[in-house]
Amino acid sequence: MSAFVGKYAEELIKNAKYIATPGKGILAADESTGTIGKRLSSINVENIEANRQALRQLLFTSPNALTYLSGVILFEETLYQKTSDGKPFVELLQEKKVVPGIKVDKGIVELAGTNGETTTQGFDSLGARCAEYYKAGARFAKWRAVLKIGPTEPSELSIQQNAQGLARYAIICQENGLVPIVEPEILTDGNHDIAKCAAATETVLAAVYKALNDHHVLLEGTLLKPNMVTPGSDSAKVAAEVIAEYTVTALRRTVPPAVPGIVFLSGGQSEEEATVNLNAMNKLEVVKPWTLSFSFGRALQQSTLKTWGGKKENVGKAQQAFLVRCKANSDATLGKYTGGSAGGAASESLFVSDYKY
Amino acid sequence: MSCYKGKYAEELIENAASIATPGKGILAADESTGTIGKRLSSINVENVESNRRALRELLFCAPGALQYLSGIILFEETLYQKTAAGKPFVDVMKESGVLPGIKVDKGTVELPGTNGETTTQGLDGLAERCQKYYAAGARFAKWRAVLKIGANEPSQLAINDNANGLARYAIICQQNGLVPIVEPEILVDGSHDINKCADVTERVLAACYKALNDHHVLLEGTLLKPNMVTPGSDAPKVAPEVIAEYTVRALQRTMPAAVPAVVFLSGGQSEEEATLNLNAMNKLQTKKPWTLSFSFGRALQQSTLKAWSGKEENVAKAQAALLTRCKANSEATLGKYAGSSHLSEGASESLHVKDYKY
Repeated sequence: MSAFVGKYAEELIKNAKYIATPGKGILAADESTGTIGKRLSSINVENIEANRQALRQLLFTSPNALTYLSGVILFEETLYQKTSDGKPFVELLQEKKVVPGIKVDKGIVELAGTNGETTTQGFDSLGARCAEYYKAGARFAKWRAVLKIGPTEPSELSIQQNAQGLARYAIICQENGLVPIVEPEILTDGNHDIAKCAAATETVLAAVYKALNDHHVLLEGTLLKPNMVTPGSDSAKVAAEVIAEYTVTALRRTVPPAVPGIVFLSGGQSEEEATVNLNAMNKLEVVKPWTLSFSFGRALQQSTLKTWGGKKENVGKAQQAFLVRCKANSDATLGKYTGGSAGGAASESLFVSDYKY
Repeated sequence: MSCYKGKYAEELIENAASIATPGKGILAADESTGTIGKRLSSINVENVESNRRALRELLFCAPGALQYLSGIILFEETLYQKTAAGKPFVDVMKESGVLPGIKVDKGTVELPGTNGETTTQGLDGLAERCQKYYAAGARFAKWRAVLKIGANEPSQLAINDNANGLARYAIICQQNGLVPIVEPEILVDGSHDINKCADVTERVLAACYKALNDHHVLLEGTLLKPNMVTPGSDAPKVAPEVIAEYTVRALQRTMPAAVPAVVFLSGGQSEEEATLNLNAMNKLQTKKPWTLSFSFGRALQQSTLKAWSGKEENVAKAQAALLTRCKANSEATLGKYAGSSHLSEGASESLHVKDYKY
């Protein structure tokens, strides 16, 4: 057969389509323990389970914010956590029609013989883990592959390894009822121009979709989480409309229409930048056979985190900040964002060189 | 760079978009001398240059027909022929806004070690030939790759080699100003069901688009000429709506939105079948970010050929038959074909020839 049509086929298609609902997007709250530790320490909060639970509770109980979300990606620990009232986070999300998702990769390791390029691990017992996560209520998964741009990068080896990895991960997810979000992130690090990023993005995405086809992945039951096409972090910035044009052109050249939605990662962009770029893409007058939405981590949580500062008395204000970003991005998926929701933190670049989750 | 950005980029995009105009399609009149000979002999007409010229004049000057065509594919000999009154065929077309195209492949040859699978030749000196054709007025080209379905076919070798050949041909065309029509035909021969055809079509198209990306082809300046997804010729037929569903789904899973149009080949389908299937696809309510149109040879000319039979006094009748099929297919590209209450002789005749060689 060409594409996977196992017992979860209909459900996968339905869930992928729902997550791609116009006006909604994904909150990436799947920071590993180590990574969330960095966030917490930036606001002087101790990295213990209680605080990780408190932060996620703050986000998931933000009044009205969940209306703008179709999914939330969780780290394994969070999948099994509850609110302070004892309600499982998963239930809380499901009640608000937000699909719980789960990060299933186990980080990156270097590819020997390359100039610091990596591949992603996490295959061991992946099928069994997915089945467990499905039982716990997860209905989609995420796996982050990382590539970089340099004089000889991304190398053919890196492209092939990461594309193959994404495809194996994707089909294993589908066998176990989870919609795979396919994330081939090309880091912004570098002084290359936007054309170079476009070339790399098109080459990588073409390889990814060939691999998905080779592995019989059911495209209608997947989502794509790519980088936007931008100049390198050390290059001159360009207007949102330029980013929109290059990004959508790259996607039109590589992503088959069968894919229901594309949920961009924010990379090192500030909250406001990410929203404005997403908005520009949705305003572009060209045929776009998939919805263009968000799967933001830092770009949804930055202001919220700063406002919270780990203090109970700041929870309400922090939740407000979170609502503002959720609504702004929801508007952006409809091309209706008019700007102006940028507070100080919202405009702060979140770029970290050679970013490691 | 990711894709071709040479001096013809804008023109390629414009011409491809023009061929993709809804309501229009392509007449494939590029039968090689050998192949047109078979057609002519089927109506007892001698295969000499004057007869080949007369047939093409009949087609290209059929009153009212050119308005339904965005392009006509020619064989090399025809590119340089004229009407009886001395007007170059290429000018006849241009005056009616029809782009002349040119077949540039040199037929198929067997791949050793396979079970009769083939690859296509014609890359030698292709750039120079394309330049010559461009100077003569051609603005698009066609190259036919052939695959088949069998117990072990298409093999990975056949898929890879044909995909690579199509990509090489495509980029050479673009460097020389011709919009390449990419044609990976999977023959209908066999007793397989429609699922098998869908599976193979999706794998072949995925390989083609990966190869086109590898070779830096500008997708916005190309067209695809695929088979429709159908059961094998020896398997039970299915309804046009089923063919439409499987075909469009295969394209959704493999064809990037940057490609402006799909211009289906008719394979062995009868004139009416081909039109009904195309119509069903255009009526389908689903994501179709590209135009779905036709590039028919036999399925546009069968009735016309029969009506003509090589006789001068039949020319008008024959041209009327062509006009009927052109209009029918034009309507099919808009999902507006209502079927034919009166079919010309030959319109329902299956045109399937086993293991068809052009």
